[in-house]
Amino acid sequence: MSTAREDILGKIRVALQRGALLPEAGARLAERVAAHRRNLIPARAAALDRTARIDLFVAMAEEVQTTVARVAANAAVPEEVARYLAAENLPAELVMAPDPGLDAIPWDRRPLLAIRRGRAEPGDAVSLTQCLAGIAETGTLMLVSGDETPTTLNFLPDTHIVVLRAGQIVASYEDGWDLVRAAEAWPRTVNLITGPSRTGDIEQKIQLGAHGPRRLHIVLIENREIAANAPPAG
Amino acid sequence: MEPTSHSFPENVRVGLADPVLQRALGLARTGFPLRRQQAIERLPEFEALREEGRQIKDHTLAHLDFYLELYEKNVVASGGEVHWARNAAEAREAVLGICRSAGARIVTKGKSMVAEEIALNDHLERNGVTPVETDLGEYIIQLRHEPPSHIIAPAIHLMKEQVADAFRAAHTGLDPDRVLTEVRTLCEEARTVLRPQFLAADVGITGANFLIAETGSSIIVTNEGNGDLTQTLPRIHIVVASLEKIVPTLEDATTLLRLLARSATGQEFSSYTTISTGPRRPGDLDGPEEYHVVLLDNGRSELLGGEFQDMLRCLRCAACLNHCPVYAAVGGHAYGWVYPGPMGAVLTPALVGLGEAGHLPNASTFCGRCEAVCPVKIPLPKMMRHWREREFAQRLSPPVYRTGLRLWAAVATRPELYHRMVEVKARLLGWLGKTHGRFRSMPLASGWTLGRDMPAPEGRSFHSLWAERQRRSGR
Repeated sequence: MSTAREDILGKIRVALQRGALLPEAGARLAERVAAHRRNLIPARAAALDRTARIDLFVAMAEEVQTTVARVAANAAVPEEVARYLAAENLPAELVMAPDPGLDAIPWDRRPLLAIRRGRAEPGDAVSLTQCLAGIAETGTLMLVSGDETPTTLNFLPDTHIVVLRAGQIVASYEDGWDLVRAAEAWPRTVNLITGPSRTGDIEQKIQLGAHGPRRLHIVLIENREIAANAPPAG
Repeated sequence: MEPTSHSFPENVRVGLADPVLQRALGLARTGFPLRRQQAIERLPEFEALREEGRQIKDHTLAHLDFYLELYEKNVVASGGEVHWARNAAEAREAVLGICRSAGARIVTKGKSMVAEEIALNDHLERNGVTPVETDLGEYIIQLRHEPPSHIIAPAIHLMKEQVADAFRAAHTGLDPDRVLTEVRTLCEEARTVLRPQFLAADVGITGANFLIAETGSSIIVTNEGNGDLTQTLPRIHIVVASLEKIVPTLEDATTLLRLLARSATGQEFSSYTTISTGPRRPGDLDGPEEYHVVLLDNGRSELLGGEFQDMLRCLRCAACLNHCPVYAAVGGHAYGWVYPGPMGAVLTPALVGLGEAGHLPNASTFCGRCEAVCPVKIPLPKMMRHWREREFAQRLSPPVYRTGLRLWAAVATRPELYHRMVEVKARLLGWLGKTHGRFRSMPLASGWTLGRDMPAPEGRSFHSLWAERQRRSGR
């Protein structure tokens, strides 16, 4: 008795009126995959210089109800986080990714901000993470899972705060894939996040906070030193 | 679910007479097409992307065996497992087997049309596993024990009052004094009830919008975040996907992603697009310990290489439903199975048989909007015509209908005879209708004249007028 796998592949080959591919044909297809050539990329973001690309990212993010605060440097992040939580009437408590990239931020300047590091647990109201990239085309954040970047932080808490450096803003998703490929190993999860959770399932009336975060807040650090070290964009 | 597509005419009558359905469809008729149009106007490259999308899918289908084998290899390399399923029964057994191996009691589910196609929930329930739908629309219809009526908005046939009733009946802990008149409150209620289920589930099942051969990844696209909670929190993640979801590379998937949200909801991009590859890595703090893909054929391989192959390009965006005058009038349940609207009219006969679903490809005015809005240019009207031809050839339609068609064909394929008959008919009708200029009723067309008058012809046929004009101008 043949297996389902053999049966299905056999039926496909019969339908395509050929046997298994010849080695040369297979090699050509393998080459196509290895090259992972880019298809058409819309000009919207690709044609922009750095400043315009950052502005487009912010505009597109705000269009989908992400809030964005621009700050000058790492030093200003704790204050902005505290300000945001107070303005949203949220407790000064958060769970933060155990990400060394966040160590450069002087959290001790806001000693009243209670920070736990780790994955998200059911009671957590606010999470804070970095991300791999911001994608200007649609105001999308790209986050990858890993030892220091648990995925639950992106979905369980009601409020998700993301620290993004201006130099991380790239034009297209394709630029983002190149960053993921440049890492040592392929991550379990890549999240492309464009605004807070929403649903239109009842009478097509859009409601925020369906199951994931109700609020998505980006703290955008615009200082030039870090930008210079960031991977090239475009 | 058992298809009721054979009862399409009766289903339509029920749908047309249902005031709640008609109000709900009224909202859908304007909302989706308008938002799609606005999104496309902002992207000048949209037409070029459609053509690229079509080519990517055609290339993949022409080498489907290669890409499936590569995909499987990469799933295994990342620590996952692929379960090939020839049909719905094998797919259901594969899912149940994994659930049993984990001793699973509660299974959360992201929205999956393939899971609907294989009637997964019923099978799990019968075997002691409780499936919990977590997409808001799917959750509502699960509580109401009914199938989805739309492939991306499963509860589009309902108004908020029906949702409130369903919640009151099912949520036993709900305070009877709680006011559930606002959409906002209903969403909150669902969020509150489903959160503990996400945390309690042993297994999470999602569909896939795309499978990537290059990396062995599955991609889901959602707005609610329910799919991500479903696949991140439980110990096991099962993906159920049909084999035509495969694309070669992330770049290829990206082109299709640019088409998908704009065509579906008119969004620039959905809130959450998630690429999953294998189980959690050794150092990861969360994510599933096991990753399984149930890869379903269920008749798709038979569509390859034939006149319905183009259907395998479908992204399940629902643009064809949202722009179909028939769907907009009768709703999705009339189609009697999982896939409604124009894409369902082509796919359903292929999956459940023309004998069951023969009405569906006939339920089209051939206005062509479905093909015009399809992000991968599927020639839906042409394929519905192919089904009609097969239905005729296999003698599946009623004898009266077939005799009528045959008589028509006998006349229409003889231009001389056709023109002479039209001339006689035009003169006769022109003479009969000269007093009123219109007919209140017509023999053999009483259905047509029930709601409108038939204008009387002028007395000459177009062909004879045209011939005369040509003669006069000396050509």
